Amino acid sequence: MKNISYNYISYATLFKIRFIAGLQYRAAAWAGIATQFAWGFMEILAFAAFYRASPDVFPMEFSHLVSYIWIQQAFLALFAPWGSDVNAAETIINGNIAYEMSRPLSIYNRWFFEKAAIRVSRTALRCLPILIVAFILPEPFGMTLPSDPFVFLSFILSAVLGLCVVTSYSMLDSISVFYTMNRYNAILVIFADFLAGGYIPLPFFPEPLRKIAELLPFAAMQNTPLRIYSGNISGNDTVYAICLQLFWFIIMLVTGKILMRNSLKRVLIQGG
Amino acid sequence: MHLKSQMQYKITFILNIFGRIILSFATVAGVLFMFTRFNEVEGFSLSQVLLCMSVVSMAFSIAEVFARGFDIFPRLITNGEFDRALVRPRGIIFQILASHIEFVRLGIFIQALAVLIYAAPNSGVDWTFDKILTLFLMISCGAIIFFCLYIVYASFAFFTIEGLEFMNILTYGGREFGRYPYAIYGEGILRFLTYIVPMALFQYYPLLYILGREENKLYMFAPLLSVIFVIPAYLFWRFGVSRYKSNGS
Repeated sequence: MKNISYNYISYATLFKIRFIAGLQYRAAAWAGIATQFAWGFMEILAFAAFYRASPDVFPMEFSHLVSYIWIQQAFLALFAPWGSDVNAAETIINGNIAYEMSRPLSIYNRWFFEKAAIRVSRTALRCLPILIVAFILPEPFGMTLPSDPFVFLSFILSAVLGLCVVTSYSMLDSISVFYTMNRYNAILVIFADFLAGGYIPLPFFPEPLRKIAELLPFAAMQNTPLRIYSGNISGNDTVYAICLQLFWFIIMLVTGKILMRNSLKRVLIQGG
Repeated sequence: MHLKSQMQYKITFILNIFGRIILSFATVAGVLFMFTRFNEVEGFSLSQVLLCMSVVSMAFSIAEVFARGFDIFPRLITNGEFDRALVRPRGIIFQILASHIEFVRLGIFIQALAVLIYAAPNSGVDWTFDKILTLFLMISCGAIIFFCLYIVYASFAFFTIEGLEFMNILTYGGREFGRYPYAIYGEGILRFLTYIVPMALFQYYPLLYILGREENKLYMFAPLLSVIFVIPAYLFWRFGVSRYKSNGS
């Protein structure tokens, strides 16, 4: 029992170290905030043009879409399938994995907490200015608060689960380096981003594709929390969507741990 | 020379190009999905939007092949490679351009060409000689503008050492949002892209001419007008070079 709590203190410390390290890059954060804000604004303008053309076939309410895009930009670092690498791939390729293995902590848990911490700290630096401006903006382009506190609470829960799903997906990506020795798999990342609703929100997908995409693990990343916040998913659908997130998180966590154990058994360190 | 050396690893080269084609397909898919639901946006049909998108992608990818050295310019300053370029008796821009040419980035060009070949006959355009000339002007002048944007991006590095992420909104953003005619973003954005960073001059205005919405020849030659952007970009670069202090030995 004592051992378990000791372990979790270690992981919490790792989380804290990564979190504080991430907070150091303030200038980069400001540049990022400006970029993301401009990006989000252009996205909304593009959707607005489609809305003007034919509002009757627009699959979301416009205000829902606006909230979706602002939250997406504010929490980009939290949910985007790219960019949470703690040099995990590097460690595997250059052989430092040997040192990692000699430590008395599970490598999976260690990397998982570090990856999550990087995402949280980047988001903590960037999200507030974007959200504040998004709330101040006038009517059609401004963000709105969710209709009731229950929606907000389920958004928080779903966001935490979304972070877990993205992180466990990126763990699978890192573990695949054991097999491929290939650092960066851009195609998988873009594929995931597209199916997660990173390019256009899932409700804009054509009909049979939308239904399939909503069942996939990618939809459990940013799609669910964003649509819960904006009010596009509500009522019983919220419960269903959150359960689906939990399901995919457990599947990917278990798969990741098994694959990690197998690859560590046969890992071969070259050189002395 | 660069082409020869990069062709030495043929399979890697081909796989890389293929990878880039798939990557850029996400944007195309996004547009296609939107148009399964909507018939038109601001009066532009799917093939007309695809036409517009392919022109911007081609211009961007040509610029990217040659501007790679400017894209990684902050690194050239920190590792001192730029100091070596300064002491050689050749133009600095030429040296940086020639030192990093990546033909892999033509992958997007191939994908865009395929989109263009699909869209051109379906867009309802009567392809007379002047329209083909306009298309050619759009692509070539667009490439020059994107190249200038990379030079501006690199020039900022003289003052900040770090790259500036917000320039991405003009380079990558220009390509990403250039998938729709810039006019759909509204009056303010269009004005900015006409008078400040003249990207609409090689995209929106000549597109109107190609689609036969404007007969005025001025619209046809608007891309040539946009090339004036070279002057401020070059002056900014010169200003940066003159203020340059080496990072050390």
